[in-house]
Amino acid sequence: MLYNDPSPLETRVLSRRFGMPHSQSIETYLATDGYQAFLKASKMTPDAIIGEVKASNLRGRGGAGFPTGMKWSFVPRNSPKPKYIVVNADEGEPGTCKDRVLMENDPHQLIEGVLIAGLAVDAHAGWIYIRGEYRYVLDIMDRAIAEAYQRGWLGKNIQGTGFDFELYTHTGAGSYECGEESAMLESLEGKRGVPRIRPPFPAVVGAFQCPTVLNNVETFCAVPPILLNGGAAFAALGVPKAGGTKMTCLTGHINKPGVYELRLGFPVMQMIEEVGGGMRNGKKLKAFIPGGSSCPVLTAAECEGATMDYDSMAQRKSMLGSGGVVIMDEDTCMVKAGLRLMKFYAHESCGWCIPCREGTTWLDKIMTRFHSGGGVRSDIDLLGDISKNMLGRTFCPLGDAAAMPMISIVEKFRQEFEDHLNGRPCPFEHSSRMVTA
Amino acid sequence: MRFSPQLEAKFSKLLESYPAGRQRAAMIPMLLYAQDEIGSVTDELVAEVAQRVGVTPMQVEEVVSYYSMLHRQPHGKYHVQVCTNISCLLHDADKLLEHACEKLGIENHGVTADGQFSIEEVECMGACSWAPAIQVNYEFHHFVTPEKIDRLVDALRKKQ
Repeated sequence: MLYNDPSPLETRVLSRRFGMPHSQSIETYLATDGYQAFLKASKMTPDAIIGEVKASNLRGRGGAGFPTGMKWSFVPRNSPKPKYIVVNADEGEPGTCKDRVLMENDPHQLIEGVLIAGLAVDAHAGWIYIRGEYRYVLDIMDRAIAEAYQRGWLGKNIQGTGFDFELYTHTGAGSYECGEESAMLESLEGKRGVPRIRPPFPAVVGAFQCPTVLNNVETFCAVPPILLNGGAAFAALGVPKAGGTKMTCLTGHINKPGVYELRLGFPVMQMIEEVGGGMRNGKKLKAFIPGGSSCPVLTAAECEGATMDYDSMAQRKSMLGSGGVVIMDEDTCMVKAGLRLMKFYAHESCGWCIPCREGTTWLDKIMTRFHSGGGVRSDIDLLGDISKNMLGRTFCPLGDAAAMPMISIVEKFRQEFEDHLNGRPCPFEHSSRMVTA
Repeated sequence: MRFSPQLEAKFSKLLESYPAGRQRAAMIPMLLYAQDEIGSVTDELVAEVAQRVGVTPMQVEEVVSYYSMLHRQPHGKYHVQVCTNISCLLHDADKLLEHACEKLGIENHGVTADGQFSIEEVECMGACSWAPAIQVNYEFHHFVTPEKIDRLVDALRKKQ
């Protein structure tokens, strides 16, 4: 089901079946080239499959942007252990709601992507780890998996290719941290979602201590079109060092919020004005988060000339991230926005390492006091100092994920902190209403 | 413990879904599905799941305390979860939460005296482009307004 109208500016590759009658069903899938990429891949060598994925310039779509083909090539060929595939469907990065749409509208595309990864690394079992709140999505995936078994696209000797693959769904139970790959593996094994030290990376020691390919839903969904049309065709859709499209979630103060599939390199201002229908109520843009709340925030001025791709965002000291775009207008209190994010990270920190556990909690406490009028001038620098001391000093990226937006908000919107000083109520609200996470 | 045949079937399937000797992996799904059926994670359930997956009750306890969807106290029959994270906040989700609390006459994390409703402020649940969003049990509601909350609560009250 789709919750927003498509835009004519979209490039629909992963979403090309969205809106078709019964797009979830295997009949629709098979009638529209479904599982043909798997059959093609089954006649290729693992090296050729990985080569095609490398040629596509596909980079991980969960947020980190690691080249997918390279990740697959790290799986040791000669390991006597079984190899596994794990799908990260624990979509939890604030601002992000695209994996849900991909699974809901075209579940077989994900299954086919997993099968091709299985061929590439000689894996014969996999799990789709779906966040607990997405129960209806898990039901959709379970139905699709059952259909695939019935029609011989999963199980033993798939379509006579001699390739076996067993695929299972696995529900999470409420934890942002489990979206981090090593914490996800712990959770999959029935433990608290605490990250593992790396190396070894999951490609070598992953699920159940075996070599594992772990990718985001959108990354796997890109694989069938890459195999079908060739890596070069996918690469050509994007920018030189990053191929293809990105499922982009427009959220916040915009006229047409929604999930849209856009070419990598799509201009930010055109995305806001034309895809998203412009700013709500004709207001001015104040702040922009490119891909989920962990990215450094951009100002309106920084958005000028920016494009939605890894390099353009890196030039602006931010990240493309997960595709969760958050658009904030001139009436937004950046102190309050920052406060809400710090509450989130403090709540979701797993507590395993001290810089993150204590750092996120301190940031939350200082921001809470600050927004309610109890801040002092030295707090402003303290927020920056704490954040900078967290950067790069935590076990997993959650600490950085809290520190990066905090640093950018303090540095770019310092005046708003000044405006909250001396017991003054929040200048953006008539009553100093608090967020009570 | 006795569970419904449907849940027992689910458990059997789960225990076969992981490599041999790795049945502990079934723990979190089993806890969540059992909680859906019996209402909360009771001491009895902790012991039962521990025995079925071959770990100690303490190893189940440490997992239960980690995951926000697993809860030791029963929720209301209708558990109203209001997201107030960034994309929803930009659509006044904080005021929506306040409204929902007022409508039900309970505070955040409260349960109504008749056990029919409970409220929880939650973190991002992946409905950001259709904000503000709430979930009632596992059902999403998008573009929620105070009026929509009123209508929803009134309809659920009649259904009781």
